[in-house]
Amino acid sequence: MSENNSFVRKEMISERIPPAADRGLVKWVRENLFSSAFNAIMTFISLWVIYSITVAVIPWFLNGVWDAKTVRECYDLLDGKSGACFAVLNERFPQLIYGFKYPSSEYWRPNLATVLLIVALAPILFRRLPRQLLIFSAVYPFLAFWLIWGGSILTSVSAFLGCAIAVICYRRFSSRSFALAVLISLIAANVWWIIGGYIVDLNASFLSLEVVASRDMGGFMLNLLLGTIAVCLSIPLGIALALGRQSGMPIIKWICVVFIEFIRGVPLITLLFVANVILAFFFPPDTSIDLILRVLIMMTFFNAAYIAEVVRGGLAALSKGQYEAADSIGLDYTQSMRFIILPQALKISIPGIVNVSVGMLKDTTLVSIISMFDLVGMIRGPILSSTDWNGVYWELFGAAAAIFFVVCFSVSKYSQWLERQLETDKR
Amino acid sequence: MAEKLKLEVSDEIAIKIQSMNKWFGSFHVLRDIDLTVNRGERIVVCGPSGSGKSTLIRCINALEEHQSGQIIVDGTELTSDIKNIDRIRSEVGMCFQHFNLFPHLSILENCTLAPIWVRKIPKKEAEETAMHFLEKVKIPEQADKYPGQLSGGQQQRVAIARSLCMRPRIMLFDEPTSALDPEMIKEVLDTMIELAEDGMTMICVTHEMGFARQVANRVIFMDDGQIVEQNEPEQFFNNPQSDRTKLFLSQILGH
Repeated sequence: MSENNSFVRKEMISERIPPAADRGLVKWVRENLFSSAFNAIMTFISLWVIYSITVAVIPWFLNGVWDAKTVRECYDLLDGKSGACFAVLNERFPQLIYGFKYPSSEYWRPNLATVLLIVALAPILFRRLPRQLLIFSAVYPFLAFWLIWGGSILTSVSAFLGCAIAVICYRRFSSRSFALAVLISLIAANVWWIIGGYIVDLNASFLSLEVVASRDMGGFMLNLLLGTIAVCLSIPLGIALALGRQSGMPIIKWICVVFIEFIRGVPLITLLFVANVILAFFFPPDTSIDLILRVLIMMTFFNAAYIAEVVRGGLAALSKGQYEAADSIGLDYTQSMRFIILPQALKISIPGIVNVSVGMLKDTTLVSIISMFDLVGMIRGPILSSTDWNGVYWELFGAAAAIFFVVCFSVSKYSQWLERQLETDKR
Repeated sequence: MAEKLKLEVSDEIAIKIQSMNKWFGSFHVLRDIDLTVNRGERIVVCGPSGSGKSTLIRCINALEEHQSGQIIVDGTELTSDIKNIDRIRSEVGMCFQHFNLFPHLSILENCTLAPIWVRKIPKKEAEETAMHFLEKVKIPEQADKYPGQLSGGQQQRVAIARSLCMRPRIMLFDEPTSALDPEMIKEVLDTMIELAEDGMTMICVTHEMGFARQVANRVIFMDDGQIVEQNEPEQFFNNPQSDRTKLFLSQILGH
């Protein structure tokens, strides 16, 4: 063995910090902003763009006038300086939120409904909360209807009891036959609703709130109302369509396929026009189906068709072994879907469902085209066309964008949190 | 080689298959299968891949539908009647090559789901049963973990426990050790041997010939969708009759 190969260390080397260029902020800047000549140029251009925008916007924002009666008063106050006229948001705030016809003495009702909406959604969104809260979630839709549309509370109570009767009948008979149970519960509910209708008519003033017609709803309230209901209804409908599309029964399968493909092939705007104008021809001449209801049906169908395809993707991602394992331990179709297949498929589908649903929430602004006065409809119509606020575009549409951003961003953050919560199959 | 198990076989018939045929499209995958399994019998099915052995046992709990002939399990004939199928499935346990545990449920929930919802057993009782069988397969301490946190051998033992929780009278095994690392095969086979000692009726598709010699009282060799040879393990391995069997045995025991 030669001398060179033998070595014994006398002193151990102590730990040292990396060179200055390779640590902390310097390292980050070097790697991310100036890694090449081209990137350095792009960095400087970006900095310049950000700087220019900031310099333009900050004074406009800070000089903003919050207190004025008209746009002219605004300009007088600004006196030639660059500045925003936020006064319009201040002055027209109720219109932006509730529309211009909702009676101002009744604003507390939608407010209360919104607060209660959060309470009702909480146990659905967060599994840790006590399950008893779900009872309130079941009651909430009826309560919210009474609060927002007004009338006697008996209408809501009667509708709720009808649904409750249907559920009880279904539970009682479902062990014998699914079809029989559905039929009996439908008949029982309808019988109750007819009886209930008479009772409600007799006591129309019992605990009655001032009636607000659907055409008087508006502002962001209308967007939230349409968005929430359409999303809540379309998720179960979408799941049903996705399962139907996989069904072994050809008639059910083809109904679902045709429905999904037809709705997906038509723009939402077209469906809304259909809801607004054409749908009326399909009903008997003396019936008038509420416009909001017609729009809701179309939006729910539209969203459901998209959700069905997202869920189908989730179902396809599961291995055949999961279906077989569920079958082999004796679970029937409903049980294997409920406990095995859907929990896994829906978990995979969360990003897609949220994507589609956030899109739906934003698409509620399309109703402004069929002359409903939602947030955008209010801005484009009554506010911008008034002589007082003619030409105040940036402030109004900026505010609308900010409101939608807050809502949609929260939904997206929630979905990311939910995905992390449901992550059990990874180590 | 471990000692040959001496186990009672009763005269009662557990499964009776008569001239059963199955096609995948136009491919004739099972041809005129006749097979009678008595209660307490341990049958090993072997054969080259694509010979229809998995399909055969999957027909027994109706994971695959047969097109002609008769399958009678526990006195109930398998027809397209969904009630019969669900009943037979709850009497027949099945273990898969890839375990097929439910990844979103804990080990305990995997084991209690079917007893609670199919057998309508109270939750507490179902959990006690599940713990009993998890102890039997020697992993009670994993009850609160999720399948993804377990090794392959442990997952397969959970899968066996999950089937046992339904208190089945017949167990089917579809290549239970084929997807396992070599050092985990033994723990699964030990569990299956214990099950045989308890007198369970078992049909097992496997290439573990040591297991077949030790546990089986009949070995069935399949090729091209038909039963080519069946015999007691000693006779089958030492004195195969058909050329196909000889070729197959020389290939798997060749080295």
